[in-house]
Amino acid sequence: MKYLYYPGCSLEGTALEYNSSTRAFMQELGAELMEIEDWTCCGASAAEATSHLLSLALPACVLAKAEKMGGVEEILVPCSACYLNLKKVEEKIRKDPELLDKINIILAEEKLHLNGQVRVRHFLDVVANDVGPEKIFARVKKPFINLSIAPYYGCQCLRPYSVFDDPEEPRSMELIIKATGAKIHHWNMGGRCCGAAHMTTKPEVALELVAAILKAARGADAIVTVCPMCQMNLEAYQKKISGMCKEELGMPILYLPQFLGLALGLSEQDLRLDLNLSILKAFLGKWMLNLTSVNRNKNEIKN
Amino acid sequence: MNRLGKLESEQEPETAPAPVIDSLASIRDMVSTCIQCGTCTGSCPNAFAMDLTPRQLWYNVLRGEKETIFHSKTFSLCSVCYYCTLRCPRGLPLTEAMSALKQIAAKENLAPYKKSIRFYKSFMESVCRHGRVREMELMTLYFISMKSPFLPLQFAPLGMKLMGKGKISFEIPSKGNGALKAIFRKVEELEKKEEK
Ligand code: SF4
Ligand code: SF4
Ligand code: SF4
Ligand code: SF4
Repeated sequence: MKYLYYPGCSLEGTALEYNSSTRAFMQELGAELMEIEDWTCCGASAAEATSHLLSLALPACVLAKAEKMGGVEEILVPCSACYLNLKKVEEKIRKDPELLDKINIILAEEKLHLNGQVRVRHFLDVVANDVGPEKIFARVKKPFINLSIAPYYGCQCLRPYSVFDDPEEPRSMELIIKATGAKIHHWNMGGRCCGAAHMTTKPEVALELVAAILKAARGADAIVTVCPMCQMNLEAYQKKISGMCKEELGMPILYLPQFLGLALGLSEQDLRLDLNLSILKAFLGKWMLNLTSVNRNKNEIKN
Repeated sequence: MNRLGKLESEQEPETAPAPVIDSLASIRDMVSTCIQCGTCTGSCPNAFAMDLTPRQLWYNVLRGEKETIFHSKTFSLCSVCYYCTLRCPRGLPLTEAMSALKQIAAKENLAPYKKSIRFYKSFMESVCRHGRVREMELMTLYFISMKSPFLPLQFAPLGMKLMGKGKISFEIPSKGNGALKAIFRKVEELEKKEEK
């Protein structure tokens, strides 16, 4: 397995741990990631809110730089916002050669050219389909026993392009979570919106959306995410939301590769658990406790 | 620089929203076959906070009611979740239409959307300067453009937490190397040509 790699801006800042854990996890599985040279921002949701053409030109810039790398034709993208922006250009230029010409006029300013040869893949797509649950199951060293996990997909890896999952009832995380021994917390919030950048400009609205998600997660031991913005919204305001709702809604939030990495026996340092904003102590404690009691049972059987 | 990247802090937003260009026409085309079924409204996670429901917004777009549309918060409350686009029985590109309304508001610098516009423009300014977003610079540019001494306090607890974790560091906004300047300039040039 060999992929081009587009970390995106958040993975160099507030989502450093998503970057570290994605790299550590993929390396453990023997995959090679080649970071796109000199990559630039995809425009996030800001470009789309200011100029349509710019919202296509910025991701196109990234795709052109990816093509320049040569050889490898798939780009692995962990951030859902980046993923959708890049995917959108991939889809649009396939159907609209005129648009491609127009984009190339813009890219020529930077001496870049886009042919449309690279395929954009979300990290979750790669884990669910290229890696697959069997491979993960076979490598689990420290299973999650009696722990229930709420899979949170968010919007932009699911919609509007249904590439690898059902955009209404996503399930692509379930088998890979189960492969670690954990149970699925069944809920209907997996594909709900967390409010995205509203958290900065319209916090009243975003806090309501996140509160509903945290409430629905009650009973789970953790929520697992695949997007830096979802992660930030779900974990950074828990105290505030608990106060607002007058009930304790604290919940451990982990990036998918952090969660899977733990089961594979990767260290907390490699997965940068120290950077998570939610409190993971109780979750990790329960995991270790269940793990040792199972080992003890096994040993008792052997004796 | 240009109207996309520039903060235009010296240029105050107009008080009365009255967009000059008739860019509504292309948005009207996007929703022309709307049957007013309300599926979009029922699917929207932000509908509870909107003054016009998405269905009502499309009705006003079809009727060309600019005043109503650009006094409403509705399109600025779209968080781009694509539920309406996915579910609309007529298959209309509704999320894109919401964004097109945001683009008009940003270009015309309409006062009711000041917060979002300044945030997005701060973002694009940071991208234009450095090629990548610098999160701390983005927030600083945003605070400066909002000219509100209390706004930073609202973000202080999270900022301190992130700084404690070494995820962000103090950053004085800088000119950067203008990494994407040429692209921004060309986009603006092409867009101006199209408007004519
Ligand atoms: S979506 Fe986020 S991370 Fe992706 S490139 Fe854009 S700003 Fe940077
Ligand atoms: S869930 Fe939130 S951050 Fe994630 S994709 Fe949707 S809006 Fe974006
Ligand atoms: S879902 Fe589509 S057809 Fe129905 S009201 Fe909304 S825009 Fe119109
Ligand atoms: S894309 Fe925007 S308008 Fe449509 S349902 Fe989502 S938030 Fe509402």
